[in-house]
Amino acid sequence: MISTDGSPNYGVVPSPDTDTYPADVLASLRADAAEVIARYPQARSALLPLLHLVQSVDGFVSPRGIELCADLLGLTGAEVSGVATFYSQYKRHPNGKYTIGVCTNTLCAIMGGDEIWDFVSAHLGIGHDETTADGLVTLERIECNAACDYAPVVMANWEFFDNQTPQSTSQLVDDLRSGLSVTPTRGASKVCSFKEVSRVLAGFHDGLADEGVGAGPASLEGLKVAKAQSATKTRAAKAAPAAKAAQAADTTPAADTAPTADTLFEAPKGTGKAKKK
Amino acid sequence: MSTQLTPILTKFWDDPQSWTLATYEKHDGYKALKNALKMPQADLVQLAKDSGLRGRGGAGFPTGMKWGFLPAPDGGPRYLVVNADESEPGTCKDIPLMMAAPQLLIEGMVITSFAIGCNHAFIYVRGEVVHVYRRLLRAVEEAYAAGYLGKNILGSGFDLDITVHAGAGAYICGEETALLDSLEGRRGQPRLKPPFPAVAGLYARPTVVNNVESIASIAPILLNGAKWFAEMGTERSSGFGIFSLSGHVARPGQYEAPLGITLRELLEMAGGMRDPSKKLKFWTPGGSSTPMFTDQHLDVPLDFESVAAAGSMLGTRALQIFDETVSVVRAVSRWTDFYAHESCGKCTPCREGTFWLKQIMARLELGQGTQDDIDKLLDICDNILFRAFCPLGDGATSCITSAVQYFRTEFEAGMHTPASVLFPPAASTLFAKETVSA
Repeated sequence: MISTDGSPNYGVVPSPDTDTYPADVLASLRADAAEVIARYPQARSALLPLLHLVQSVDGFVSPRGIELCADLLGLTGAEVSGVATFYSQYKRHPNGKYTIGVCTNTLCAIMGGDEIWDFVSAHLGIGHDETTADGLVTLERIECNAACDYAPVVMANWEFFDNQTPQSTSQLVDDLRSGLSVTPTRGASKVCSFKEVSRVLAGFHDGLADEGVGAGPASLEGLKVAKAQSATKTRAAKAAPAAKAAQAADTTPAADTAPTADTLFEAPKGTGKAKKK
Repeated sequence: MSTQLTPILTKFWDDPQSWTLATYEKHDGYKALKNALKMPQADLVQLAKDSGLRGRGGAGFPTGMKWGFLPAPDGGPRYLVVNADESEPGTCKDIPLMMAAPQLLIEGMVITSFAIGCNHAFIYVRGEVVHVYRRLLRAVEEAYAAGYLGKNILGSGFDLDITVHAGAGAYICGEETALLDSLEGRRGQPRLKPPFPAVAGLYARPTVVNNVESIASIAPILLNGAKWFAEMGTERSSGFGIFSLSGHVARPGQYEAPLGITLRELLEMAGGMRDPSKKLKFWTPGGSSTPMFTDQHLDVPLDFESVAAAGSMLGTRALQIFDETVSVVRAVSRWTDFYAHESCGKCTPCREGTFWLKQIMARLELGQGTQDDIDKLLDICDNILFRAFCPLGDGATSCITSAVQYFRTEFEAGMHTPASVLFPPAASTLFAKETVSA
């Protein structure tokens, strides 16, 4: 499945005849693939999810997986490889059971991502896109993962671990390597394996959507401020003289609840427009 | 009195199980759709135009106008594709929105699809957020089960299917034509425009590509009226938007406010700087691709026009705040690594330019820059800006040229002193207090 010298597989070497999928695996892959292809008006659109599907079985984009995708979509192996090598989530050699991605884009790096990276990399003794000898953890430097208000951020198999420190992340990898169940800050109740997550990304729902929080604390900061503003405004309106009573009537019902569209409508009237010029 | 926040999209994010259809229906969910299905399609497009809603994905193109660009129906398919590939450094609004309130997006998509005559819509979400993808899959399932998706929606005769598609890690796929190529199962590289997606988009058919937040704003606009929306914000930047504060602020997070609010106001709401003894040094108004601002710009109204007049772009309202402990050379060097890594390779100015920019920034950060390096940086930027195939190349130059403009002496110091000596990185971290005092 991989070259004997351990170099990355770019899908340029054909899969050897000895490395075919067992009949039952192939049958279920083809059945799943048919379902994926049926989601799209044109079959080729299924290629990205199919590559995730290949990873859900092989743990990386294998030569035999490339050939299967090519066969399913009427493409050449070169065309499929060309797509697979463009995207960073497709692995060119067998991935660990858990991908630990430390965000080292500017904001996270400055907030401590660089320190986390150095510490965890030394702790595991591996660098970017390398896997521990036990095959459990693959370490990656990742780009901005859209959680900057929780910086520094670490992703474990693409689940969020917010506000990390070098110590918390090394604890995380130790727990994963000891086989303990680990709970993301915002996500499912546990971190699934790389293969399981790859299957979800192929569009096969694992039923875990209802686990975890809707929003983390940072996502709610503005809402908290708004509620405080609204309460202050309502108190002011209640205390206001009769002249303001008519206007206040709209806002009073919002006293103990989230602001309604009506109260929100009132709020910005005097600010935005007036501010301009 | 300071500007009031306007939690509209974020209104019920603190509900337990905020992502479910039941919660959404409790908060007026799908009421707008029921109204929309009784309206002529042209009126819906007009409503979007009248509201003044401008694309929330960065470019700020008027959403209603985008819909209006579709040619007259010819009997063939037309598509709506939601750009949920949020990857611009600093940008973190769509991902929490889809995590907490995916039904807002689904309802907006049904209304938009009805308005433009689309029967198959897509959400292209980046693949690196598996739980958000789960929430979207579940939201679509729930909407089908409730009759908001599928055949003959609410007895209107209108059919719509939604496919949620996971990307696989590529910043460039946030560019709309690269996104379409990726959705067609290809390498995500931008297309030559024209033809624009409105004429030849997905599968060369008329296609509207809109940002998550733009589409999520549609149902509230329909419920409250275009006038309600247009009266918020400023003259030409109407409505509300989610402002994402990150970095050295006391309470980073999502603050939904009328456009035109200032960083000074937002900072006050967010509790000020994380360490009040440290001054604000530089910040981005809309992600790393927008030229940086400094403490001189605290009172710039954050609307499209005012930010442009001050020399930057509103972008995605991703306000990354850096205090005086941070080396601007280090920050820019890391962003430059990002652009070099994410350059898709299609056009020469961006592919080669970011390759060289990265090397020059790296040696400046190490204090090993040469005397020519600043001029060379600016010269390369000048050869990328407006010469690259798509805005990725332009974005790569923004942080460099603006940083040199405001902090030239720090770049000059990069000729002899490492950034880590001038600005010890440990002082900037979230856990600085623990490590420094230890």
